[in-house]
Formats: sequence, C-alpha cells, structure tokens
Amino acid sequence: MARELWKGNEALAEAAVRAGVVAYFGYPITPQTELLEYLSLRMVRLGRTFLQAESELAAINMVYGVACTGVRVMTSSSSPGISLMQEGLSYIAASEVPVVLVDIMRGGPGLGNIQPSQGDYFQVTRSCGHGDFRPLVLAPATVQEGVDLVYEAFDLAEKYRTVVIVVADGNIGQMMEPAEMPPMRDISTEQPDWALVGADGRSHRIITSLFLSAEKLETLNLRLQAKVQRVRENEVRYREHRAEDADILMVGFGTMGRIAQTAADMARQKGIRAGVFRPVSLFPFPSAALETRSHQARRILVVEMSAGQMLEDVRLAVGKDYPVEFYGRMGGVIPLPDEVFDAVEKIHAEMCHD
Amino acid sequence: MTEVTEELVYQRPESLTQVHTHYCPGCTHGTAHRLVGEVLDELNVRGRTIGIAPVGCSVLAYYYFDVDFAEAAHGRAPAMATGMKRTHPDKVIFTYQGDGDLAAIGTGEIVHAAGRGENITVIFINNAIYGMTGGQMAPTTLEDQKTSSSPLGRDVSIAGYPLRMCELLATLDGAAYISRQSLHDVRHIRRAKKAILTAFKTQMAGLGFSMVELLSTCSTNWKMDPVESLEWLRDNMIPYFPLGDFKVAEAVKEL
Ligand SMILES: Cc1ncc(C[n+]2csc(CCOP(=O)(O)OP(=O)(O)O)c2C)c(N)n1
Repeated sequence: MARELWKGNEALAEAAVRAGVVAYFGYPITPQTELLEYLSLRMVRLGRTFLQAESELAAINMVYGVACTGVRVMTSSSSPGISLMQEGLSYIAASEVPVVLVDIMRGGPGLGNIQPSQGDYFQVTRSCGHGDFRPLVLAPATVQEGVDLVYEAFDLAEKYRTVVIVVADGNIGQMMEPAEMPPMRDISTEQPDWALVGADGRSHRIITSLFLSAEKLETLNLRLQAKVQRVRENEVRYREHRAEDADILMVGFGTMGRIAQTAADMARQKGIRAGVFRPVSLFPFPSAALETRSHQARRILVVEMSAGQMLEDVRLAVGKDYPVEFYGRMGGVIPLPDEVFDAVEKIHAEMCHD
Repeated sequence: MTEVTEELVYQRPESLTQVHTHYCPGCTHGTAHRLVGEVLDELNVRGRTIGIAPVGCSVLAYYYFDVDFAEAAHGRAPAMATGMKRTHPDKVIFTYQGDGDLAAIGTGEIVHAAGRGENITVIFINNAIYGMTGGQMAPTTLEDQKTSSSPLGRDVSIAGYPLRMCELLATLDGAAYISRQSLHDVRHIRRAKKAILTAFKTQMAGLGFSMVELLSTCSTNWKMDPVESLEWLRDNMIPYFPLGDFKVAEAVKEL
C-alpha cells in the first residue's frame, strides 16, 4: 500500500472498513461528519450496514444491539453527541460487549463551537456514563496514527470485551496528511460463545446490565475492575521526543503533543533542553513511564487545549511535590508553537533563578 | 377393558422457560408472554429469534422466554432491534415494551423505527400506568385517572392528553401492520394472538414494521382486584383506545 493523502475523518473511516467493521450507525455533527459521509457510500458499496440514526442516543443503542450479536460495529461523534451516548456506553460496558467509538472533540461546553478542543478528556477517561467502568481510550496525534489505532481498536474491544474510544481533536479529523492504509481484513464469521444469534439447539443466552442482587452486581463490578487492571498492565502506550535528556518535559496528547514537539525543537535551538512525553493511551494513562521520566527532568509542563484535565493524571503520576506547570487554551483556540515555547522559556528562566 | 387414549391439548410453549414469573397476581404480562411464546412455537422460529426486553415490569422477560434475549436501556429497544435486524436479516427480532418505555422516554426510537419500516415486531403493553416504579402517571394514563404522581386524577390542562400510539404510528409509510388488542377476556385474548401471529408473519415476509398494542391491567397500582381490573380496562380503556387494526398494508392482507 502506498502513502496517499487522506483527510483525517475519512482515513479513520477507511481504517475501520479495513478492520472488518460490519455495521456503522451515526448522526451528523461537525467536525466528525466526513467519517459518517464516507461510510454512507463505502459501506453500502461493500454490502455492509450503514444507517444514519435519528440521534446519537439511537445510534449508540443500534450499536449496542449489533454488539450483542458479536459482530464488529462502531459509531463516531463529537462532544455533544458523546454526551448523548453516555447512557448507551454505560449499558454496553456493563454488558461487556465490544464497541469502537471515534470521538472528534470540539469546543465546549454547551453547543460550544466546531473548533478543535481537548476539553472532553474528563468525559472520555472519567465520566463516559454512570457507574464504575473505564473504557480504553486512545489518542492519535497524526492521521497515520489514527488509522493504526482505529484498526487495532476492534481487536482490543474484542480482547477485553469493552468500549474502545479513539479520541482526537477536530484538527486531526479535518486535516489532510499522507497515510498508508493497513490491509483489508476479511469479515470474521466466528461467533463468540456469548453472542445472541438465536437459541437453536440450546437454551437461551441473555445479555443484560441488570443485577438485582447487590452481591451479583458487585461480582460484575469486580470483573470489570479486573479487566481494568489487565488493561493497565498491557495496553499502556506513549511516545517521546527528545525526552532522554530533557530538563523541561512537556506532556501533551494528540495535536498538543505535536505542537509541543515544535516548541521543544525551538527551545533546543535556544539551548534549552526541552522534550516531549506524549500519552497515546489516555486510559490506561502511562503513569509509571512518566514518573520514571520525571526523575531525570527538572520541571514538567503540561500543555492542553483545555483548562487542564490531563493535568490531574500527570500530577497523580509524579506526586504532589513535583513542580508541574500548565499551559492551555480553551474554547477551540489552538495554541501556537510560539506560545508554548514562551511558556517553556519562562520556566527555564525561573529554573536559572533557582 | 377399554383402552384410554389421551391427547395432549395444552402445555407450556417451548419458547417459554419453566419458571415462576415475578408478576403480580392479576397482571396480564403473563398472558402476553404466553401468546408470544405460542406464536414463536407455531412459526417454528424459536431457534432464530432474538428478543429485547424493556425497562419496566417486564425487564426480566428474558428469564421467561427460552429465546436469546438482550436487555435495553429505558425506551431504546427499537434502536437495538434496528441494529440487530439490519445485520441479521434472517433472524426474527422483537421488542417487548411498556407504555412508559415506548410512548414516553422511547418515543423517538419507536417513531423512527416505524418510519424507517424496520422489519421488526413490537409487542406494546399498555397498562395506562408506570408499573415498575410504583404507579406513576404514564403517557397513556386516562384523563382523571388517579396515579401516584397525579393523585387528584390526570388533569389534562397540566399533563396533556393520553397518547394513542397505534393511531400515531399508523400514519407512517414504514408501518406495515399496526393493531390494538385487549387481554381482558378470552375472546379478546384469542384475537390478540391472531394479531401477534400476523405481526410476526409480517416481519418474516419482510414487509416492514409491525406492532401489536395489548391493553393490559395493573391490579397492584390501579389498586383493584384482578377481576375489577379487567372490568375497568373494558369500561374505561377501550373507549379511549379503540381496538382493531390501524394499518394493514396490502401485502400483509395477502399473508
Ligand atoms: C433513564 C431511566 N429513567 C427512569 C427509569 C425508571 N423507570 C424504570 S421502569 C419505569 C417505568 C416503566 O413503565 P412502563 O414502561 O409503563 O412499564 P410497566 O412497568 O408498567 O410494565 C421507569 C420510569 C429508568 N430505569 N431509566
């Protein structure tokens, strides 16, 4: 496969097709809509299922229905739409059926705007619906990485029987970049032993999230927590840029990770040893790796397109005594590398005074 | 000695499990379950049927049907059914929903499933009240009917008017078969079964959306004994919710 120029949203959609997604349900919302539009033709041409739902509420429950039958299914949306999907995500998590969700974040709160934002970090990593559950959350910084993560997301969703969210800001959904598509996979015809496919020749199977006895519901919760633990042990991903000898370590995900790279290069030219630690898995957060790296750095600068949400995970990772600074913009404003560099330079100046 | 030959004339349908239900004495959910079970048996589709239970008194319906079953969020069963049927057109997919589930919180999902002509069957239990949560006003609660959240009787100047879902959905082109029946006596129960049979046949022939509304009782929350409940249904619900077929597509007539 050659490298081709792809629009982010369309590339993510094509990656899902190649991963063998059987059905897609969604509702238009900027800056995610091209994903839905792309699949409206691609899926139909392949004889697969595409349906534009009447709302995100309906879309996620259509997804839930398909997931109960054990075939690959996904939806995509952007911030306000994800809010509407939270009910369904909680039921899906409790039912332990695999689902892939792409979230192309926009500015909020409320109707906000259609500019790129990272203001839903809490939503995807903390509050994806009621109850104790944690989806696996992956955050690409390039179109290529998005393609690779969506392609893999289906395997992860099935492996852990969980919700996998690929989350990016609108910038990544909208921009065009060269990307190489993974090979086309056959649609799996395997039926998992929990799938609802009709009780021919056996007694019935039930998929439910209702457990009226407290002990039984606690058992489910313990199983979900054990799953979270396995995810924590096996699915941590992060990337670094000039981090090995950095005095000032920037931590940013997605688009902010890229901007931080440029800012680090600018700082290096000025003789400031700056580097970048970019979490790719937001849950599980790469806490241990970051903590290790923090020993060698002297200051951490968290950069986000939000008021500082991932910041809390960074603080939890490095402890309350570690000097952690923050620079962020909100409302859909994308910080320029200059601004981030200024923040680095300021910290550097302070360090020289120490 | 004369030989005695016996013929088995009545037994539990294979599509139902052999368990006691949790339903209150006098509740018609059991009757509705039995009718659906009989129909699935007669059509010989138990092995390829997937049911979807609602949030409401019939939330545990999956224990009573020996059929693969999922449990939906409140009101969302038609969306789940849509996903299942679209990806498994060879399966028989049905939802089983109460009036709060279908006509309040799930109004959007049912209207659009019908509008799209989803090839699914909906069994709609209208008992004019929220049973599970202890007898609050439902979208189908009658004018002046007392409930725990309309203690003075439903005041239409405050709460508006009861919804007639069959009439509403029958206006949609995607709806192929829409019928309202009642479970208050044997004669009507037999008719209800015929309608349920037609609804499933509609789906199996791929003709579009089918729904049977079953007027039902809730003795506990209506605060009546079972016999009084059946009479109350007959005398109060049927005048507001007339029985009969509201939509029978041409192709359904030929089934
Ligand atoms: C989102 C949500 N809101 C409210 C409830 C609480 N609730 C459970 S059952 C129910 C009413 C069900 O009434 P109906 O659909 O008429 O069925 P019935 O119990 O009468 O059979 C409500 C409001 C819930 N489970 N989920």
